[in-house]
Amino acid sequence: MKTILAKKLGTFAAGLPGLLSSAPFLLLMAFGFVAPLLCVVWFGLMPPKTFDLGQMPTLENYRIIFGQTYFKSILWSLGLALVTVVILLVICYPLAFAIAKIFRGGGYFITYAIVTSLFVSENIRLFGWVIGFMKNGVIGGTMAKFFQISMDSLLYDIPVIILGMVYVYLPFMLFPLVLGLKMVPDQVREAAFDLGASRWQVFKKIDLPLSMPGVMIGSLLVFVLSIGAISEAKILGGQKIVTIASDIETEFTYAQNWPLGSALSTLFIALTTVVVFFALARFDLEKLLGKKSS
Amino acid sequence: MIVTRTQKTSFSLYAGLLLLIFYFPIFCIIVASLSEKRFFSFPYPAEAMTTKWYENALKSPQVADFVGISLKIAGLTAFFSVLIGFFAALAYARHRWRGRQTFQRLVLLPLFFPQSVLGLALLMWYNFLHITPAWWTAVIAHTVWIAPITTLVISIQAYGLDESLEEAARDMGATRFQILWRITLPLLMPGMISATCFAILLSWGNFALSLYTTGADSSLPEWLYARMTTGYQPLVPAVGVLSVIVAVVLVLVLFGIISWTSRNARRSTPTP
Repeated sequence: MKTILAKKLGTFAAGLPGLLSSAPFLLLMAFGFVAPLLCVVWFGLMPPKTFDLGQMPTLENYRIIFGQTYFKSILWSLGLALVTVVILLVICYPLAFAIAKIFRGGGYFITYAIVTSLFVSENIRLFGWVIGFMKNGVIGGTMAKFFQISMDSLLYDIPVIILGMVYVYLPFMLFPLVLGLKMVPDQVREAAFDLGASRWQVFKKIDLPLSMPGVMIGSLLVFVLSIGAISEAKILGGQKIVTIASDIETEFTYAQNWPLGSALSTLFIALTTVVVFFALARFDLEKLLGKKSS
Repeated sequence: MIVTRTQKTSFSLYAGLLLLIFYFPIFCIIVASLSEKRFFSFPYPAEAMTTKWYENALKSPQVADFVGISLKIAGLTAFFSVLIGFFAALAYARHRWRGRQTFQRLVLLPLFFPQSVLGLALLMWYNFLHITPAWWTAVIAHTVWIAPITTLVISIQAYGLDESLEEAARDMGATRFQILWRITLPLLMPGMISATCFAILLSWGNFALSLYTTGADSSLPEWLYARMTTGYQPLVPAVGVLSVIVAVVLVLVLFGIISWTSRNARRSTPTP
């Protein structure tokens, strides 16, 4: 009995440094992440249009949500996010392949060029597209001057919203893909080529399966980020479509209906959490980050 | 890997094209900031090019206020998230403990979380605690989102940490604190520097979190957004360009300080 207790104490003591050094982070998350989310969930159960948390919980907000057309904006958000992920996979895979396998110094140059752009506020970059696409903007003006083609504003439409999302989230797809593709050993690819495999077969049987962790993480990251996107649809899309994120924002600002906004947020959080956990449970992240050398 | 010439050229062309498109909006912003007329139309004659919006931006006390608030937020966020990230990285990559795998997943959670919703959630939480949001509440919001990033950046370095150095120090009778301060910290320094850069830049450009958590104060991206939607003038792109330049300068200065101190450190300690 004593030895078991001592053993248990021993394992506890061995785990102590880990627990201690994770403590500040865990405290921060408890205060700044978990508690606010619980607050949202609880607020979603309050009767509509109140600002205090002390009332009897009710499911009234959820009844309102399912009775109205909020599902439309949820579908819009899901659809836009899916389209963004697919387009980014197609665009980024060749580039990631080139960075991981083909370029030497050039790969670093591209990486730095793209990372640097990350530090320009998202709003400013999206606004650059507005200046490019508006009537008499950079693209329209050039067309009119040199080709005598008069173009109307290309803004405030769905394709331009998708362009904005693809543009903003490109780095979040590219870098996981590069990491993933770097995990594909060159020898395996060469062996396949030597044995007479076609380029397509190598892609399908070797590159894609072995770089799958990168593909999954990139897609997941982009999906989750773009499902919560708000500025793209606002800056580039005008009021053409309403996403779930802007629905939530409206409830908090113009409508001043915090409980309804909270209930919408809760649904939204539940949706993304299910997707993320389902996907993360299937991958060992340590493989991507740490064990590159071995 | 054998790379043929045509392969290399076609991939280079593709990459070049993508980079060109990628930097197109930033080019547009610069063009717009140099236009004299209040309403932008392209192309404008070369005589209509002016730097007066930049002068206006630099002279404006209002812009200076927003820059000050953004700097305060970025500086404190970087400090706290690197401090927390340093210890979290040790727990993430270095120590073997039972909760480690769960902890590793937990670190990623805030990153996979939409920022606008996190900002709103914090707003409600502050409301519940009767805290009036101001610039310092935005520091908490930014830290929640940026500390996981600094943790990951420092972890990459911590994976490569040579454990035998710490063990040797322990065998020679160094205390836990001495090991941390004299061995682990200097070894993780490069990772912490890049983490600091990331933290400053990400906080400086952040909009979604600041929008709900700064209260009556307003950060630079918030002000830019407000002026983009109503009351546009070329001052807006000019401030945008300036904010990019400030970010780049900040990082260069930081790198300069660090390479200077590390050179000094190398000079003062005899090389083994």
